[in-house]
Amino acid sequence: MGKIGLIIKREYLTRVRNKTFILTTILTPLLFVVFIAGSIYLSVKGKEDLKVAVIDNNGYFKNNLKNTANVIFEFPAGIDTSNYLDKGYTAILILPKFENTEKAQYIVRSKKSIGLGTKESIESKINAAIEDNMLEQAGVRRNELDSIHTKSQFAELKSLQEHGNKAEENNQTLAYGVGYASGILIYITMLIYGMMVLRGVMEEKTNRIAEVIVSSVKPFELMMGKIIGIGAVGLTQFFMWIVLIIVLSTTAQYFIPHDTLQQVQALQQNGGVMPGGGMMQASESAQKIYGVQHVLGTANWPLIVGCFIFYFLTGYLFYAALFAAIGSVVEDVQSSQSLTLPVTMPIIFSFLIMSVVIYSPDTPLAIWSSLIPFTSPTVMMARIAYGVPGTVPYWQLITSMLLMIAGFLFTTWLAAKIYRTGILMYGKKITWKEMGKWAFKKS
Amino acid sequence: MSLLEIKNLKKYFATQKAVDDISFSLEKGSIFGLLGPNGAGKTTLIRMITGIFYPDEGDILLDGKKFDPINDVGQIGYMPEERGLYKKMKIGEQAVYLAQLKGLSKNEAIEKVKQWFIKFEMQSWWNKKIEDLSKGMSQKLQFVITVLHEPKLIILDEPFSGLDPVNANLIKDEIYGLAQRGSTIIFSTHRMEQVEEICDHIVLVNLGKKILDGTVQKIKQDFKENKFSIQTTEVPANISSSAFEVINQKANKLVVKIKEGHKSNDVLNYFLQQQMNIEAFNEILPSLNDIFIWEVEGTKSTTRAFQPVA
Repeated sequence: MGKIGLIIKREYLTRVRNKTFILTTILTPLLFVVFIAGSIYLSVKGKEDLKVAVIDNNGYFKNNLKNTANVIFEFPAGIDTSNYLDKGYTAILILPKFENTEKAQYIVRSKKSIGLGTKESIESKINAAIEDNMLEQAGVRRNELDSIHTKSQFAELKSLQEHGNKAEENNQTLAYGVGYASGILIYITMLIYGMMVLRGVMEEKTNRIAEVIVSSVKPFELMMGKIIGIGAVGLTQFFMWIVLIIVLSTTAQYFIPHDTLQQVQALQQNGGVMPGGGMMQASESAQKIYGVQHVLGTANWPLIVGCFIFYFLTGYLFYAALFAAIGSVVEDVQSSQSLTLPVTMPIIFSFLIMSVVIYSPDTPLAIWSSLIPFTSPTVMMARIAYGVPGTVPYWQLITSMLLMIAGFLFTTWLAAKIYRTGILMYGKKITWKEMGKWAFKKS
Repeated sequence: MSLLEIKNLKKYFATQKAVDDISFSLEKGSIFGLLGPNGAGKTTLIRMITGIFYPDEGDILLDGKKFDPINDVGQIGYMPEERGLYKKMKIGEQAVYLAQLKGLSKNEAIEKVKQWFIKFEMQSWWNKKIEDLSKGMSQKLQFVITVLHEPKLIILDEPFSGLDPVNANLIKDEIYGLAQRGSTIIFSTHRMEQVEEICDHIVLVNLGKKILDGTVQKIKQDFKENKFSIQTTEVPANISSSAFEVINQKANKLVVKIKEGHKSNDVLNYFLQQQMNIEAFNEILPSLNDIFIWEVEGTKSTTRAFQPVA
């Protein structure tokens, strides 16, 4: 085994044997689940509950202004802007008399400011009520109106995507979930493992062990050994997560009753319909499990996992080299902070772009930021979930990958030159200008 | 035959001529002192010999062949002034790891580490971490790591700092032992009494240049001031001689300086003629410390200024 192999082995083993590694490997998926469940819970529950007193100058809204999940409209007598708070209302809505010719001003007053979502939902309820009023005036009868409202809620949009000759079902919700999750995962791991490289290099420099080791191996071997070793730790962690997920989901299957499982299999074989022309009805839980499996089946998992590993590795190598270069020029945590900022900024920036791109994966911003190596690992992962070559054409994927490879080769080359000088330099505050000089001077 | 030969070595940094045309050679099995004030260029010189820096100009010959930093690292053991070890790593593993980086196989490394740990009574340290060790203990460990792979050339930068006299003696004996077994040792320090005690040969560098080179005895002879101390039973009231002058007197002990053109026997003759009983008579050679101060003072090197390199 070569010397770089020894270094990789040390970097890898000291980290993998560490108790914190084992703990984070087990706890991170749990935290992830808690985080997702928590944010779903908050987005459902966290909305403001409003009790709105309405002053209606038309006398029409009382029966037509419909409550929403968290806004309740009431029409008490003798209410005005001075006493609604005392009577237990959170807001007061003043509806002026209809003026059919122009847009009317409706006013809602409250002590706390009302959120944008709530404002919009109140607005749409008022509009719906006005619409009903106009339809009634145009001669639609009341009971007809109600039955139209209930009957017209059946549209369910199923989107299909051209795939050669046949159209295949695609699922935006899944793409959104998978894209977002893998984008976040790449973002977090690039930061965590990048910072791990930074700390490792700084440790070697401030401990002065760098000088001992550099007298045995080339600085480049020391730097690459560290980067590769820590990258291997990252891959190990992913691998353990995948194993964990498989083990958990297989164990979970044992808790599903046997007949439900058989029904699920029957549904799978027959494309979602029970055999026997509807004589047998699948149970509700079997249908739910089938639904989840069916939705998960629409994603191209080998491609997503493959791309994920590729973008994790190249993105990590790209940034780890920069972090190593920074680590080699600083001696204390304080001065490292101001120098790491320009490296962490693009990572954070790519996360922000990703959270926009996840809603619209086809915009120029999405395309460009998924080609440029600074942002592409995070952003491209968000887009890939929407489908290759549908949303991401092959040329974009290949260009992005080639640029990513070129990118990390470049940052590694650059970092090696800064590292070589920086790791043995003590007692001097190094500026960006000096680092540039080391990087681009001929050796 | 010389083990290490340095020829016209130069290394310029942007603001300093760190090493400016230095040449010297080291005999195999000798203990060599590399001296110089802070910032004289010692560390840069050592870093070139250990292959950490490439010289701008000049040659380094190891064992008669041009020094190859990649393949010759196993021949060199270097203990830098600022000690460094991984704090969180177990001591035994760390020693084995660093020995492997020097080119030993795993089994060889384990074997050697065990031998040295037994020699220095450090067996119980194997599973401890560096952070559990005192400064002196980690110093001992660092020394073991430096010499473990039996290098031909051992470079020790301030090896005794932080060691108590017992452990300092242990290391000193080990240094003599290594030299006897054929290793060549470069010893860099500011502690002149240690240099006088240990080194055969010294080089003094200042401002990137070599200013003294020779054996300790020869250098002392070169700098002698013809001073002698003489002790007599009684001291005559008036001493006047054309051969010497008294420059210091303490009770019956005199320090005399022999004038140009006279010899030490002239001093003895004078006192014998005075019917004095001589109890002791010996030459006073300057200490290396004095020589160091004479040579370095006045060059203002203690505040070495940064100057552009032409």
